[in-house]
Amino acid sequence: MNNFEVIKENFKQCDIKISQRLDKDSIKAIYSKVKKIQNQKYSFVKIDCSDMTSLDYAGALMIADLSASLCENKASVVIMGMNQDSQSLLFFARKNLRQKTKVKLLKENIFISPIIKAGKYTMDSVGSFIFFLSFFGETVSKFLRITLTPWKFRYKATAVHIEKSGAQALPIVALTSFLVGLVIAYQGAEQLAKFGANIFIVDMVSISMFRELSPLIAAIVIAGRSASSYTAEIGTMKITEEIDAMRSMGFDPINFLVLPRIFALLIAMPLIVFFADIVGVFGGMIVAKSSLGISYTEFIIRARDVVAVKHILIGLFKAPFFGLLIATVGCFRGFQVTGSTESIGHYTTISVVNAIFWVIACNALISVVLTEIGV
Amino acid sequence: MSNSIIKVRDVTTKFGNKVVHDKISIDIKEGEVYGILGGSGSGKTTLLREMIMLQRFKSGSIEVLGRRIGHLSHKQIAELKQNWSVLFQFGALYSSLNVIENVSIPLIEYTTLPKELIEEIALSKLKMAGLKKEATYLFPSELSGGMKKRAALARALAMDPKILFLDEPTSGLDPVGAENFDRLIRELASLLKLTVIIVTHDLHTIEHVLDRFCIIFEKKILFEGTLEEAKKFEHYAIKEFLKLERKEG
Repeated sequence: MNNFEVIKENFKQCDIKISQRLDKDSIKAIYSKVKKIQNQKYSFVKIDCSDMTSLDYAGALMIADLSASLCENKASVVIMGMNQDSQSLLFFARKNLRQKTKVKLLKENIFISPIIKAGKYTMDSVGSFIFFLSFFGETVSKFLRITLTPWKFRYKATAVHIEKSGAQALPIVALTSFLVGLVIAYQGAEQLAKFGANIFIVDMVSISMFRELSPLIAAIVIAGRSASSYTAEIGTMKITEEIDAMRSMGFDPINFLVLPRIFALLIAMPLIVFFADIVGVFGGMIVAKSSLGISYTEFIIRARDVVAVKHILIGLFKAPFFGLLIATVGCFRGFQVTGSTESIGHYTTISVVNAIFWVIACNALISVVLTEIGV
Repeated sequence: MSNSIIKVRDVTTKFGNKVVHDKISIDIKEGEVYGILGGSGSGKTTLLREMIMLQRFKSGSIEVLGRRIGHLSHKQIAELKQNWSVLFQFGALYSSLNVIENVSIPLIEYTTLPKELIEEIALSKLKMAGLKKEATYLFPSELSGGMKKRAALARALAMDPKILFLDEPTSGLDPVGAENFDRLIRELASLLKLTVIIVTHDLHTIEHVLDRFCIIFEKKILFEGTLEEAKKFEHYAIKEFLKLERKEG
């Protein structure tokens, strides 16, 4: 089907005949021909549309564009044989023709662009760090101010967050902690049995769970659950202008959103860790009985004799730090969200990654300090 | 008058126990600009969403272009959806794409047009919708409410649909912008032979754009017809509605 024909052509004049349909589905086949004519320098162009049966906006725009660029090259263009409808459509298309604005695409230089990227990244990180400092500073100052007016603290919201981030997390914390206790005991049991040192399974499981593993597992689970939800909640509130609404009504977002979340985790984390301790050691007990033949009573008596209370206390001591970290990172990243929905996803990801990293880093720091001071 | 392009028959909608529409019937004719009017919460937008298959209704039937919604195969649904486009109340632009990409995407997905021409079409639709040149390459998050609406209209027009659904098109526009918008819709309707269905309570739109409209009142269609007919219709709710509804800024 040839619906765009060049009937007569010489260096001055060009006669074009358009027949049948000129619409979205038929343009592809003829477009290269149109482009070729568009760039020629004719002085007279005739477009005959008397056999054209239908024209849609895409077609009209193409004709409008063609005649406009021909005119620019100083040709006179005559369009004939169009019916009334097509004419008004063409007129409409001509009215709405908009020349492309040439957007200068900066060519990426393969030597310089990594440097530019690194520079941008560094500046972003610095900006982000400064924003974090100001956010944390504001939170602390708002906290100090609220200690003077404690009735203004959002107790109810705090309780809600303790339930959502703490109580509702117990099943998944229990499962993970139980499985880790189980696995540690299994791996240890094989080695200890070789030496006939079966009973030491108690020391191994209890101390490692109490001191290191339970707090860490609980913190990682909570970071995954709550840091993400805090960021997403606050980020969405920022996009829907809820935060601005709060500010305009004189409700301080730090007071309403951040402090309850931070306190909720400060309170909930030690409780979660204690719970994880129990379940984790119970996992170890089951393995101790089934593969080493140590009864539950024996296990508990041995634990009472050899496991110092300080191990449990150290584990519980870390928990509020982790809670503070997770809640602060989650809220802070939420406040960084701007504009689009994409940015929520972006900052939620960063928030979880950051929270888990800082929990692990903080754990390492505490371990080093405690070892150095000999606890 | 020409045939009905959309027929709504005895449609009942319930949200839980709350009845939103109680056996409502309307006819929208081909080539007309039709308004769905009613107070806040009267279910205007719900009715629109039912017509475009975004929401199910309890009983009754809706026919669009002679096809009965709810009894179609996937292929028929896809074909039917090619015939209409929707301007949502807050634009609903894709936030990961910039303005011109938002307008081009239906053309890229559904036509074989060359890239260059797609860009040209998109640019001209943007001009048609009255969006400033400078906004062409911005992302939706960088636009104001009114600009979003214009960009969204350009996207809705991209595929030259037969039926255009507009959900409160002039809300959030300045008065001059709203009037231009109204004029544009009239112009488009006559030039491109569109059937336009507008959910609105903008008095200027009601006076200057609509051919016919219906008013949803207390779950029923209280009135269907032209403005002249409505003025003669004796009912306190209509009188109140046409007088008191103020043009939105």
